[in-house]
Amino acid sequence: MSKSHPRLLHHFDDPEQQLEASQSGMWLFLVTEIMFFGGMFIGYTVYREAYFEVFAHASNHLSVWLGGINTAVLICSSLSMAMAVHSAHQGQRRKIVFYLLLTMVLGTAFLGIKFTEYYHKYGENLIPGLDFAFKEGNAGQAAIFYSFYFGMTGLHALHMIIGLGLLSFLAVQAARGRFSPLYSTPVEMTGLYWHFVDIVWIFLFPLLYLVGRH
Amino acid sequence: MSEAAMERRLHYLNVSYGVKSWLFTTDHKRIAWLYLLSITFFFFIGGLAATLLRLELLTPQGDLVQAETYNKLFTMHGVMMVFFFLIPSIPAVLGNFLIPMMIGARDLAFPRLNLLSWYLYMSGGLLTIGAAVAGGVDTGWTFYTPYSSIYSNSHVVLTVCGIFINGFSSILTGLNFIVTVHKMRAPGMTWFRLPLFVWSHYATSIIFILGTPVVAIALALVALERIFRLGIFDPALGGDPILFQHLFWFYSHPAVYIMILPGMGVVSEVIACFSRKRIFGYSFVAFASLGIAVLGFLVWGHHMFVSGQSIYAGMIFSLLSMLVAIPSAIKVFNWTATLYKGSISLDAPMLYALGFIGLFTIGGLTGIFLATLAIDIHVHDTYFIVAHFHYIMVGGAVMAYLGGIHFWWPKMTGRLYPEGWARLAAVTIFLGFNLTFFPQFVLGYLGMPRRYHAYPPEFQVLNVMSTAGASILALGYLLPLIYLIWSLRYGRVAGMNPWRATGLEWQTPSPPPTDNFEKTPIVTREPYDYARAEPQSEYAPGEVEHV
Amino acid sequence: MNAEKMIRNYVMVFVALLVLTATTTAVAFVDLGAPWNTTLALGIAVVKASLVVLFFMHALYSRPLTWVFLGAGILCLIILFTFTLADYATRDNVGAGPLAGAPAAGASARTSGTTP
Repeated sequence: MSKSHPRLLHHFDDPEQQLEASQSGMWLFLVTEIMFFGGMFIGYTVYREAYFEVFAHASNHLSVWLGGINTAVLICSSLSMAMAVHSAHQGQRRKIVFYLLLTMVLGTAFLGIKFTEYYHKYGENLIPGLDFAFKEGNAGQAAIFYSFYFGMTGLHALHMIIGLGLLSFLAVQAARGRFSPLYSTPVEMTGLYWHFVDIVWIFLFPLLYLVGRH
Repeated sequence: MSEAAMERRLHYLNVSYGVKSWLFTTDHKRIAWLYLLSITFFFFIGGLAATLLRLELLTPQGDLVQAETYNKLFTMHGVMMVFFFLIPSIPAVLGNFLIPMMIGARDLAFPRLNLLSWYLYMSGGLLTIGAAVAGGVDTGWTFYTPYSSIYSNSHVVLTVCGIFINGFSSILTGLNFIVTVHKMRAPGMTWFRLPLFVWSHYATSIIFILGTPVVAIALALVALERIFRLGIFDPALGGDPILFQHLFWFYSHPAVYIMILPGMGVVSEVIACFSRKRIFGYSFVAFASLGIAVLGFLVWGHHMFVSGQSIYAGMIFSLLSMLVAIPSAIKVFNWTATLYKGSISLDAPMLYALGFIGLFTIGGLTGIFLATLAIDIHVHDTYFIVAHFHYIMVGGAVMAYLGGIHFWWPKMTGRLYPEGWARLAAVTIFLGFNLTFFPQFVLGYLGMPRRYHAYPPEFQVLNVMSTAGASILALGYLLPLIYLIWSLRYGRVAGMNPWRATGLEWQTPSPPPTDNFEKTPIVTREPYDYARAEPQSEYAPGEVEHV
Repeated sequence: MNAEKMIRNYVMVFVALLVLTATTTAVAFVDLGAPWNTTLALGIAVVKASLVVLFFMHALYSRPLTWVFLGAGILCLIILFTFTLADYATRDNVGAGPLAGAPAAGASARTSGTTP
């Protein structure tokens, strides 16, 4: 990209500086997300240590199948996102659009499965504050488990929804030929974000679904 | 530079006119002004709350306002002052304005994010004021559970949302500063040629990035618990209110370093300039800033000594809290050593900086008292605590903010403020401050609890002294408001470098052009190079000396 | 690193992630003794996350500054965890439940507060 490249913003001296600034900025943002989710993770950890028995019983009401399938779906979406970024670097317009759309389909599938799970919990009276009823142990402690379950997966789902919004925006731009080997920063940055959201789920799945399954 | 010459010259203030050119600006200098106006507004809201508090405390009986109202007043005072004044003040006003200039850049790394930061700040602030108008919140700015999450009948969710949104403003500002310092430095501006103002803002930004998200989640959980009755902090369900305190103070302790580090940066610049000397032990001061930021994350439990936290954790936090005083002390010693055999002039910024050193030292020292477990048992939640943090936040941070505003006012506006009035204001503020808050140390030691609207009659004399001091302090704050605005129109025109200070920001016209420098500067000199050569004060328009 | 090699890496990481997911799920149903189930599950999660960070997020090929930022974030998270857990681990758990200071689960807690 020459210094007169239209994408070069005036306060930067050259495109490399601009790209490196964007990368550093996105990594810093992901660090804030680590601490954001981290706050919920420490809360969950404290209560899991204290109320392990009840947490195990409560966790067993979650479907390992659905959770496991969702994990696989997200891993596939990470692959397709990595391929989308790769295609952007190569300047392959149709492949960028294809992989972005594929990522969106997989992300939507994830959300569909997730909300199905939520609906099941509603039917089982396991949503805290909504006629919560738990038979296998202390109801209060089980409510805490489910509060964290809904809070953490809900926050994760919110991040997915935002990600889907970003991806649709990108797909439109990609279809218009905006990305090339000289400029694919938005795709790369969204890729970093998407992978991070995947990583959060990589921790959520075993911690929430696989408690005391033996 | 003649007034006529300045009239002809285009700079960042006159390059475009109209509300849209300000509300949609991406120029870091204009955004700094947007922040300056809005934080002044929130400061006066918080000050109004404080006025009512101190009026109530003139008499032992709770006779001015009801107890519930009093609770709402001190909550609003704390929320406004901490989240909407102190935390943004120096970084968002002076940091935004100066950091690109100090490093020789045309703007911050992400100018549009910078503007978004301001809009997030305004949204959060207006939402919080909306909550106050709707009836207020009475939990204290610390929002302890389960009162805030279950029992309070006030507008917790609205207020918490306002603070949450404001948190993103902080995060984006910190992100912007860190990337800017890494990637946008002019040629020759190595890390150890950076002004200490930049180092302290870098350290502050580390805290913005790492700490703010945790308080965000803490407050979000309170809101969720209130709305959905989740029970995370509800003891009846097995929840632990202290978990909230851990999450809250994990940020809110480092937040106090957010509030003081930028002030320390201002003090370094001002002390050097008005002693005509380089800062003693530059690299020690730079690393001390980083040290404060890092160690500040290890001590939050000292706010929880009596809350139910384990005594062993309390001991660890107590020990670590002693350690965090060390880098602060290093800075105080280095500033003092800078003054020694310096050529001192007592202009207003210097008065503020000297006041800072004394008052911050007292505040910090009392912090060591509080870090001692056995003492804290007695004075926790008394006016001793209130005095301690006001010495640092007002005696330290606010004075540094005012000192910085005065020091860089000529650069920002092209005008000099009236020095006589400024010195008078500085002295008034210093005296008013001490009369307000020193009696509170005594009150706290004698056992007067904080957050009470009534008190035993034997405490009245000290309370009256404190309120008298507060009225003097208020007068002191009004003076700069008046004469700074006056100076915009009637102040003497300032040249490029009226203080003959070192630093790239003084090597460009006052007010600066939109892109800060005609040509990107190339840095060859060490910072605070006061000894080697007298920095030039006047340049022909359009000509920029290579530093 | 040419294009084919990168894609090959992606696919290998993808397969590894799926295998590790299946492994962690299967192992969860086997009793390994008290701390080991959780430790192993977390260990596998850390490996999976590392693969994503290093290869999908290109951290392996990134500037050292990226590593510094990431490391700072992880370190800060570790501080949050260790110091908070240090409190809970060292409380005097006399009488009531593990979160000493909170009343026994199920007991009425809507009495007056105790903090001064």
